[in-house]
Amino acid sequence: MRQFEEADAVDFVVVGTGAGGAPLIAGLAEAGFSVVGLDAGPFFRPLEDFASDETAQRQVFWTDERIVDGANPIVMGDNNSGKAVGGSTVHFAMVSLRFRPEWFKARTLLGYGADWPIDWQEIWEYYGRAERLLAISGPVTYPWGPPRPAYPYREHQLNGAAEVLARGCEAMGLAWTPTPIATLSAPRGDAHPCVYRGFCRVGCSTNAKQSQLVTSIPRAIRAGAEIRDLAMVGRIEVDEAGRATGVHYLRQGRWRFQRARNVIVAGYAIETPRLLLNSANAQFPEGLANSSGLVGKYLMTQSNQAVFGKMDQEVRSYKAPPSLTVTEHWNYCDEKDFFGGYCWMAQGPLPIEWVNVLTGSKGLWGRALREEMKDYNHQVGLKMVGEMLPDPRNQVTLTDELDQYGLPVPRITYSWGDNDKAMIAHALDQMQMGLEAAGARDVFRQENDTCHLYGTARMGFDPETSVVDADCRSWDIPNLWICDGSIFPTCGGVNPSLTIVALSLRTVDRIKALASRGDL
Amino acid sequence: MSERYPGYDVLSKRDGPSWNEPTRSAIDARLNVPREPRFFTPQEWRTLQALCDAIFPQDGDVDPVPLAAYVDQKMAENHTDGYRHGALPRQGEAWRRGLSALEAEAGAAHGTGFHDLAAEKREDLIRRMQAGKLEDSGWGGMPPATFFEHRVIPDITHAFYAHPKGWSEIGYGGPASPRGYVRLRIDRRDPWEPAEAKPGDKAAARRKNQRVR
Repeated sequence: MRQFEEADAVDFVVVGTGAGGAPLIAGLAEAGFSVVGLDAGPFFRPLEDFASDETAQRQVFWTDERIVDGANPIVMGDNNSGKAVGGSTVHFAMVSLRFRPEWFKARTLLGYGADWPIDWQEIWEYYGRAERLLAISGPVTYPWGPPRPAYPYREHQLNGAAEVLARGCEAMGLAWTPTPIATLSAPRGDAHPCVYRGFCRVGCSTNAKQSQLVTSIPRAIRAGAEIRDLAMVGRIEVDEAGRATGVHYLRQGRWRFQRARNVIVAGYAIETPRLLLNSANAQFPEGLANSSGLVGKYLMTQSNQAVFGKMDQEVRSYKAPPSLTVTEHWNYCDEKDFFGGYCWMAQGPLPIEWVNVLTGSKGLWGRALREEMKDYNHQVGLKMVGEMLPDPRNQVTLTDELDQYGLPVPRITYSWGDNDKAMIAHALDQMQMGLEAAGARDVFRQENDTCHLYGTARMGFDPETSVVDADCRSWDIPNLWICDGSIFPTCGGVNPSLTIVALSLRTVDRIKALASRGDL
Repeated sequence: MSERYPGYDVLSKRDGPSWNEPTRSAIDARLNVPREPRFFTPQEWRTLQALCDAIFPQDGDVDPVPLAAYVDQKMAENHTDGYRHGALPRQGEAWRRGLSALEAEAGAAHGTGFHDLAAEKREDLIRRMQAGKLEDSGWGGMPPATFFEHRVIPDITHAFYAHPKGWSEIGYGGPASPRGYVRLRIDRRDPWEPAEAKPGDKAAARRKNQRVR
C-alpha cells in the first residue's frame, strides 16, 4: 500500500470507509488523485479475524458511548453503526433495493418531506453501476418500479423463513420477490459463493458478502490510495480564507494532522454531524457547514417493527442470509392514509437477537422465558423497513461528557410523529395478516425497533435549507464535502446502502467533472 | 442435556468444519470466564447472584452457566452497548446503584437482604422493578424500569444465550464457519444440525444428535 506524508497535502482525505466513503476513495484514486482514507475502526481480515459468534463479533460494531433520549430513544450499536474499515457494510444485512423514483421528488409528487436536488433517471444509471460493483444476486425481473436490467448474479435459493413470507403474500394477493442481496450466488475472483452460515449481521467470515471491505477497498489500494485504520478524526481544520486544510486525528495514542486540499466526511448520520459540530472555531462558532443551522437536524431512522409467530414445522431461520424474500407492495401502492412507504422482509434472528425480542416484546423472564426460548427453531417473523418523516426536532447534539478520545459524547434525540405511528400500525396489521395466512400461530408484535440512520447534513437546493448541494459539496466551505446517509432529505421505505453507494459513485463523477473545469 | 434436543451438544462440533480458529478461541475464552468478581464488591456480588437466579433460574441444572460472572466480566472489561438511555448513568455505575437499591428495597419491605429473600418475594420485587413501582431514594433518580430493561434483562439473558449450553438447549446449530448449511427449506435438517425429539421417538433424535460433528 502506498503511504503519504502527513505534512504533504493530499488531494482528498476521506473520513470514513463505508458505503459512502469507500467508493469515493477507490474512484478518486483511479482518477489519479492522491487519496487517504481514515477509519476509526480496525482493518479486519475476515478469514483470519472473524468468529462465528454473536458476542465475539461485537468487534465490528460502533460501541462507544452515545446518549439516547426523546420519546422513542433509538437503540444504537448493533444494527446501525459499524466501526471497521468498510464501515457498516461489514455487518449489513446486504439487502440492496432501489428507491422508488417518486421519492426523489417526495414533496412535489407525493406531498411530504422534501425534494432531492437530483433527478431519479440519473440515479437509476448509478444504481446499475452499484449493483455491478456489489455483484448483487437477484431476480431476473423485479415486480415494482420502472424497468431495470437483470441483476448481475442469479437469485439465491429460499430458506424456510423466506418461504413463509412468500406463502403469506400469495394468500393476501401481494407480489413478493427473492431479495436482491449483496452476497455471492456464484464465484467472483477469489471469493466463493455464500455458504448460508447465517451470521451476516455480525460479519461474513468467508468473504462471500460484498461489503466495501472486499469490493472498493482493495480497488482503492491497487489504485494508490492509502487506508489508515484505527484513526479517529476529531476535528477539521479551516484556514482564515474559510477553506479546509486537513484533519486532526488520534492514532496510536497521539493526535496527528493530515494536510489535504479537500476533506470528504463520510462518517454516517451520527459521526458526520458530530465531527462538523466539534470542528467549530472563531469563524464558524456553530460548527462547520452549518450556516443553515441544520447540521445534526432532521435525523431519520426507519421503523423496523416486526410480527413473530410459531410454525408447527421446523423453520430454523438461523440458516442463510436473514432476509431472502421481500414485498415492496406498500412502497408502490398509494391507497393508504399516511405518507411514505414501507416494505417487509423475512427474518433470521440468532439466539441473542431472539432473546431480545422475547424479553423486549413479551416482557418475559424467569422460567417462562427459558421455556419459550426452546421453540426457537419454530419461530418465524416478518419485519418492516418503513419511511419515517424528517422532523428538525429529531437531532444529534454534543454533550459535555467526554469519550475515550477526549471528544464530546453525542446525544441522539428521537420521537416518532403521528405519521410514523400510523404507518407502523398499518404495517403491523398487514404483516400479522401475512404471517397468520402462512400458518403461523401464537403471533405477537415487536413494536419497538428501528434501523438505519439518515438526514443530519441534508442535501438541497439552497444554503438556507440544506447543508450540501447536489454534488455533496457543503454550501459554506467549498473544499468540504459530505457523502453518506446523512445527506438524505428523505429516507424512503428501503434499506439505505445501495443508494449511498450510488450517490458515492455519482459524486466521484461530479468531482472529476468539476476538477476538469478547474472548479475544485 | 436438554429434553427437546436429547443428546445434542454443540461442542461436539468444536473440532469439525463448522468451527474456525477465531471461533474456537472465542468460545474457549468464554468457557473459562473468571468465576470470582473483579468489578463487583462481595456485597454487590451476592445481590447480583440472587438476581441472576431469579431472572434466569437454573436450579436443578447439573452445570449452571455462571451468569453473574459474565455480567462482572462485561463491567470489568467495559464492553459497552454503543448507547446509553439518557436516564441511566454509565453501565457500571447503573449496576452498582441498582443492586444497592434492590437491597434497600428488600430491607424496607421485608427487613432482610435481597439475597436472603424467599423466591416469591424476590420475584415480586423484580416485577415491581419491571413496572417502575419502586421508589427507594437509593435509585438516585435512575428509573427502576429503565434499569431493568436496559441493564438487568440484556446483561443477564445474553450471557446464557452466548453460552454453548444455551445453544444446545434451544437446538441452535451454533458456529458455522466455514461449513455453513446446505438444506435451507422448512423441515429440512443438515446432518450436523440438532434433531428435535418428536413425540414418542426421543431415541431417534438422540441417535442423530450423537452423530453431530
